[in-house]
Amino acid sequence: MSEVATHTKVPATPLELMREPLVANQRSFGWISDRVSAVTEGKTPKWWWAAFVPSLCLLGLLGAMLYYQIATGVGVWGNQHPTMWGWDIVNFVWWIGIGHAGTLISAILYLLRQKWRTAVNRAAEAMTIFAVMCAGIYPAIHVGRVWFDWWLFPIPTYQGLWPQFRSPLMWDVFAVSTYFTVSVLFWYVGLIPDLAMLRDRAKTKLKQFLFGLFSFGWTGSNRHWSNYEKAYLILAGLSTPLVLSVHSIVSLDFSVSQLPGWHTTIFPPYFVAGAVFSGFGMVLTLLIPLRSMCHLEDIITKRHIDVMCKVTLATGCIVSYAYIMEFIIAWYSGSAMERFHFMNRALGPMWWGWVMMMSCNMLVPQLFWFKKIRQNLVVVWILSIFVNIGMWFERFVIVVVGLYRDFLPSSWDYYKPTWVDVCTYLGTFGLFFTLFLLFMRFLPMIAVSEIKGVTPQADPHHPEAGATGGHS
Amino acid sequence: MSAIFPKWTNKLPLMIIIGGTLTAGAVTAGVWYYFTPKYFRVGYQPIQPVAFSHATHAGQLGMDCRYCHSTVEKSWFSNIPSSSTCMNCHNQVLKDDPRLALVRESAATGKPIPWVQIHRVPDFVYFNHSVHVNRGISCVECHGRVDQMEEVYHAKSLSMSFCLDCHNDPASKVRPADKITDLGWTPSEDPNEAAKRQEAFGKKYVHDFRIESMNNCSACHR
Ligand code: HEC
Ligand code: HEC
Ligand code: HEC
Ligand code: HEC
Ligand code: HEC
Repeated sequence: MSEVATHTKVPATPLELMREPLVANQRSFGWISDRVSAVTEGKTPKWWWAAFVPSLCLLGLLGAMLYYQIATGVGVWGNQHPTMWGWDIVNFVWWIGIGHAGTLISAILYLLRQKWRTAVNRAAEAMTIFAVMCAGIYPAIHVGRVWFDWWLFPIPTYQGLWPQFRSPLMWDVFAVSTYFTVSVLFWYVGLIPDLAMLRDRAKTKLKQFLFGLFSFGWTGSNRHWSNYEKAYLILAGLSTPLVLSVHSIVSLDFSVSQLPGWHTTIFPPYFVAGAVFSGFGMVLTLLIPLRSMCHLEDIITKRHIDVMCKVTLATGCIVSYAYIMEFIIAWYSGSAMERFHFMNRALGPMWWGWVMMMSCNMLVPQLFWFKKIRQNLVVVWILSIFVNIGMWFERFVIVVVGLYRDFLPSSWDYYKPTWVDVCTYLGTFGLFFTLFLLFMRFLPMIAVSEIKGVTPQADPHHPEAGATGGHS
Repeated sequence: MSAIFPKWTNKLPLMIIIGGTLTAGAVTAGVWYYFTPKYFRVGYQPIQPVAFSHATHAGQLGMDCRYCHSTVEKSWFSNIPSSSTCMNCHNQVLKDDPRLALVRESAATGKPIPWVQIHRVPDFVYFNHSVHVNRGISCVECHGRVDQMEEVYHAKSLSMSFCLDCHNDPASKVRPADKITDLGWTPSEDPNEAAKRQEAFGKKYVHDFRIESMNNCSACHR
């Protein structure tokens, strides 16, 4: 190989323009394949069981709670007039928000040629899918009679009824189901070459069969790659508007209503930023332990963590701006109800929700300005959990605090969740982590074929190009 | 490496697509046909404790429905006659017939005959007979040709879209107020002529009876 290619002399990149390589320690292609496959091929580690068994128990709890709720009725929740939306919607929005990092990383960063995305996109997409599944549970069960969920879709029924197309709740159905479908497709298309790699490495007949089945007969021929790249690009193009539309539409559930605190035009962009913020928070929470448990430090490098912290910081600043702006708008509007709502948000009986939201979402991310902090993984991990907590409280503040003191003071009531609310929420963690643990144990957690494309030696101008590269 | 899959599996995607489309089509068609009140309600014909025949009484004898269902014009509810109503005739006609034993017993003791209810709207639907009957809507629109039934069965679906089909277009269904219980009545023997006349007086009756198209949800779901 190396005799054939005569290298034209390329001026060396000046040192200060050099970027840290995306795969550390000059790892070879073969090493990457081995390392990532080892997670799925090796023996099940003890820590995996230690995480999986509790997750499974929580999943069981979720099943029990859903059964109880469906058999008894929505009355088992704390939702009570005037707070007719409680933890169900809070958790729905929270989970769906978390589901935003995946497509942002895979679609928008792909189109923007942000190469660092390759190390984290697979896991982030999986996270997205599982988070959307957790989110999807809530709207499906909060209607009460779940066996009529199909009425959400515009199907000609014998009632002669169509869903209300002017309602944002209807748009939500389409937004979330489209988002879920496209995310799954995107994730799956990306998986195909890596599934084929696992098939070719598989030792047992069963694994060969299963990976063979799901890799759709991928051979890695030129034609396959060219189709693959096209499909991937098209899906990236499709998902890009979805990243923005889904949470915009979720925000319309609130802002199309006439309620003070909900009825604001700032909601769509502010919700999208908040979603990306919380999504990156969750990616950090998941990947920081995973990279060391699975020994992927050379693939998910500190540089990756650093970049993700910066995204979190940027989106955190956008939401902080929105939080402050909401108060200014309330003051400027001159509307007594609007002003009352915001005073009540900060100083009313549920002031603690607002304080949690402001401190976790506005103050905590400011620490990411410091490189020292961004490099300290333990600190980053703890801060990322604060981001998750803060974003939960943001939704709590919007949903519950927006409702519990309505226009009629005689109907004001304090909102308290019931134990069923709490256990259902815990249960969704069970679903999320069960699926995520299964995913990371049985499927390639890192996009192997793509990662190879961003190694230094994959660059045709690299002095060692082709020399150390193995076959993909 | 030896092939994992035999060669015919190359056709698998095509087979899955065709099979999937066919199955989806069959499921859709099945649901469409079987899962509607048109299918699971129409034709419901429970066995009644007394073999009372509308064909005999309302058909052959030509009795008016309101002789027995006397509240249908005055109330939301259409009553089932008490056995004393039957005894008006049956203390002479078929006096000792065993088929009427239960009727006689009921009339003597005052214990009602346990008729099995056939038509029923769910609790969340408000229905009113008098509104319809006094506005030129015949029994036949909702109960079919009861006067020809040996035993009453559920003839119409009574689903929401069934109600709405008429509420959207009452002019095609209204008839003169004195023909409400004349179930076989048509504006004319000739179908073309009938349609023409219906169109002409339909509009007039809608106006005269002051029928508004009641399509707001709270008309029926109060
Ligand atoms: C001689 C009395 C009598 C007359 C006349 C009569 N019915 Fe009835 N009807 C009954 C009795 C008794 C029952 C209950 C037994 C049954 O369902 O067959 C009944 C039942 C019905 C039912 C079914 C009620 C249910 O359970 O849902 C309908 C509908 C009905 N009648 C309509 C009519 C119509 C329309 C007419 C006029 C064409 C009519 N009836 C005339 C006595 C009468
Ligand atoms: C207007 C008078 C009249 C009334 C009221 C009346 N019937 Fe009859 N019924 C008749 C006549 C006439 C016959 C036919 C006798 C025959 O076939 O010889 C008959 C026949 C019957 C029969 C025999 C079966 C059949 O169809 O021939 C039954 C059963 C019966 N009636 C039940 C009832 C019941 C129940 C009621 C009350 C809801 C009732 N009838 C009310 C006049 C009446
Ligand atoms: C617009 C449709 C409509 C028309 C017209 C109509 N009905 Fe009904 N009928 C119904 C429905 C719906 C029910 C079931 C009501 C319920 O659930 O209580 C019913 C029930 C009945 C019952 C059974 C009542 C019971 O609870 O046992 C009788 C008897 C009856 N109708 C007779 C008549 C007669 C006689 C006429 C004509 C004079 C008539 N109906 C016209 C729709 C109609
Ligand atoms: C064949 C025509 C027809 C059918 C079928 C019909 N309706 Fe009606 N309905 C009418 C007419 C005509 C009126 C009178 C409208 C008005 O008052 O403006 C009416 C009025 C009503 C009203 C009274 C509304 C009010 O507030 O005054 C109710 C309730 C109602 N219908 C329920 C039903 C239900 C439930 C069904 C189905 C089981 C049904 N209707 C089937 C023709 C029909
Ligand atoms: C003309 C009367 C009528 C009007 C107007 C009407 N409905 Fe209904 N609706 C019914 C009847 C009758 C049923 C029961 C159908 C059945 O049992 O199959 C029903 C059933 C339903 C159901 C199914 C409930 C269940 O649990 O099965 C829904 C939902 C519903 N209606 C919603 C609406 C809405 C929304 C509107 C206003 C756009 C509306 N309805 C207007 C008569 C009406």
